[in-house]
Amino acid sequence: MKITYPHMGNAHIAINAMLENLKLEVIPPPPISKKTFELGVKHCPEFACMPLKINLGNFIEALELGADTILMAGGWGPCRFGYYAQVERDILEDLGFDFEMVILEAPDSRVSELFQQLQALGKNVSIWEAFKALKFAWYKLQMVEKLEKKFAYIHPRAADKNRAEDIYDQGLLEIERAQDKSDVDEAGSKNLERLDNIVITGEEPIRIGLVGEIYTVLEPMANYSIARCLGRLNVEVDNSIYISDWLNDHLLGSLAKKSHRKHLVKCARPYLNYSVGGHGLETVGSTVDYARKKFDGVIQVGPLTCMPEIVAQSVLSSVSKDEGIPCMTLYFDEHAGTAGIQTRMEAFTDMLKRKKTLTALTH
Amino acid sequence: MSYYLGVDIGSVSSNFVLIDEFSNVLEKIYMRTEGNPVKAVKQGYKELMEKMKGNVNIKGVGTTGSGRHLADIILGADVVKNEITAHAVAASFFHPDARTIIEIGGQDSKMIILQDAIVSDFAMNTVCAAGTGSFLDQQASRLNILIQDFGPAALKSKQPVRIAGRCGVFAESDMIHKQQMGYPIEDILMGLCEALVRNYLNNVGKGKKIEAPVIFQGGVAANAGLKKAFEKILQMEIKVPPYHDVMGAVGAAILAREYIEEHGCASVFKGDAFITEGQFNSSSFECKGCPNMCEVVCIKRDKEALAYWGDRCKMWETSIGHKEVG
Repeated sequence: MKITYPHMGNAHIAINAMLENLKLEVIPPPPISKKTFELGVKHCPEFACMPLKINLGNFIEALELGADTILMAGGWGPCRFGYYAQVERDILEDLGFDFEMVILEAPDSRVSELFQQLQALGKNVSIWEAFKALKFAWYKLQMVEKLEKKFAYIHPRAADKNRAEDIYDQGLLEIERAQDKSDVDEAGSKNLERLDNIVITGEEPIRIGLVGEIYTVLEPMANYSIARCLGRLNVEVDNSIYISDWLNDHLLGSLAKKSHRKHLVKCARPYLNYSVGGHGLETVGSTVDYARKKFDGVIQVGPLTCMPEIVAQSVLSSVSKDEGIPCMTLYFDEHAGTAGIQTRMEAFTDMLKRKKTLTALTH
Repeated sequence: MSYYLGVDIGSVSSNFVLIDEFSNVLEKIYMRTEGNPVKAVKQGYKELMEKMKGNVNIKGVGTTGSGRHLADIILGADVVKNEITAHAVAASFFHPDARTIIEIGGQDSKMIILQDAIVSDFAMNTVCAAGTGSFLDQQASRLNILIQDFGPAALKSKQPVRIAGRCGVFAESDMIHKQQMGYPIEDILMGLCEALVRNYLNNVGKGKKIEAPVIFQGGVAANAGLKKAFEKILQMEIKVPPYHDVMGAVGAAILAREYIEEHGCASVFKGDAFITEGQFNSSSFECKGCPNMCEVVCIKRDKEALAYWGDRCKMWETSIGHKEVG
């Protein structure tokens, strides 16, 4: 069995670690590129959203490299994501590929369901080994996210932004290559320290919360590296969601760590009182949360035509007014030109900076 | 005399203005970009200098518009600013009490809400360019009327027809349908204006509170039909400022003046000889550095590479001392 999976931000680091420790042959999809987009756009329904197209591109590229099994997540609720795996399987079969598809569905009631699904993958190992594989992957993910958070803090403050980016990229690579816990610790602490040692400018950056559909938030190729662009404009970006949150809430039944979701659901009231699919409810909740934490602004991102985010967007205008936090929404599609996005980001940060200076002056 | 140059390189038009120390507009040029921003920058600059006849001492340069970085490379700009900020600065210079700016350009339409002369909220059209200048241009040429005559013709209408304004493609097929039914052309034109206004208020405005005074600027503000449609639908007076078509450039010039005065520094303006004598070329190539194969653009003056951009990893972009933009 040669297994592959879709990319999403830095998730591949943890997924690789888990699958390898389940003693499976892993064929990771090549990094998302223009070719991935082209393949996805060519074979997906035009009106489908961008994550589906990138997923499919990932799969085609991996299958061409010899993969024969695809690991994909399922889902439920009004978001189309729940149906992705099925649609992708159909399209790939129509294209003549021969493969198995393993779909991890979020357990509705019992975590044991998840283990049953994972059994198909764990044929080569004992339950104890499977548990250890999962634990190691989780450990790596924690370190990746530590590095992500440190980078998000240092990058906007760094005098030399290129150097911060290089250290971060290098750090991710080293964590990816780590074979055991002590390797992970070493790679992590070394690069965290290198980031800490970067010369920072005195100016305190403005802070923006990044909310929206998870894939667009987490995958730089799906959002034109918005976090990095903002960092270069001296803006500190706080991600409203991390991969570990999603895994914890949706696949692990909140067993791995304390869920932040309940807090966000509470925050969303009275603006939005029930789930609208995808991350619509979290988008509203996080925006309220950021406003109360005195962030300077919120940027909502999502793929064009994303229904849950459209619902959330229409709610955000009253959140913005009542909670006093400026919000901007950016939808992403397969455009290659970044000028429009850059303009909007610059204008938004300009506005927030001017506001901040004025408030500082009046106090 | 000392002047500040403001340049706005948009998708459809390229605008140049010279202002003095008091931000009075001395000269302006409005020309079509015609898909060649490099040529537009050079030509616009030349024409402006010819109009000024004589020695012009440029103390500062500001660029804006989607071609602002390109203009910066050719001219040497002290300030490179996005259009929102530039438009807001210019509008509040002429109308310090302005609360709402409606700006419709070639590819973008924007709404800017001001509070005490600073931007408090803004919105831009999303991925679709329906309802912007390019669409009006296209419809005018389909109906075989000059874009300059569009406004006056629309004003003649007594009974505008209803046209679906939700999407440019729908609007066009609706227009063709109405035209084939025999409706008078002025009623169709006015109907289109009203459809675009509704589209703008729904898609860009999205329920934002529009408060007077409302300033209407951008190339499309020259269209009297659209102004009237805004007034009819908003039930408010709409002001079109005197330099409505070059407001972005005016804003960029004012920002350059503020920057130079605040920092007391010399301009990085490259000077007459650099701009008019050299041969500027742009070329693109596919970078083979990684599987993404970014299309990298290179701007050259004669044989010297001035700038690269278009690569996601910024390997090329940072290979030449590149100015931080903001």
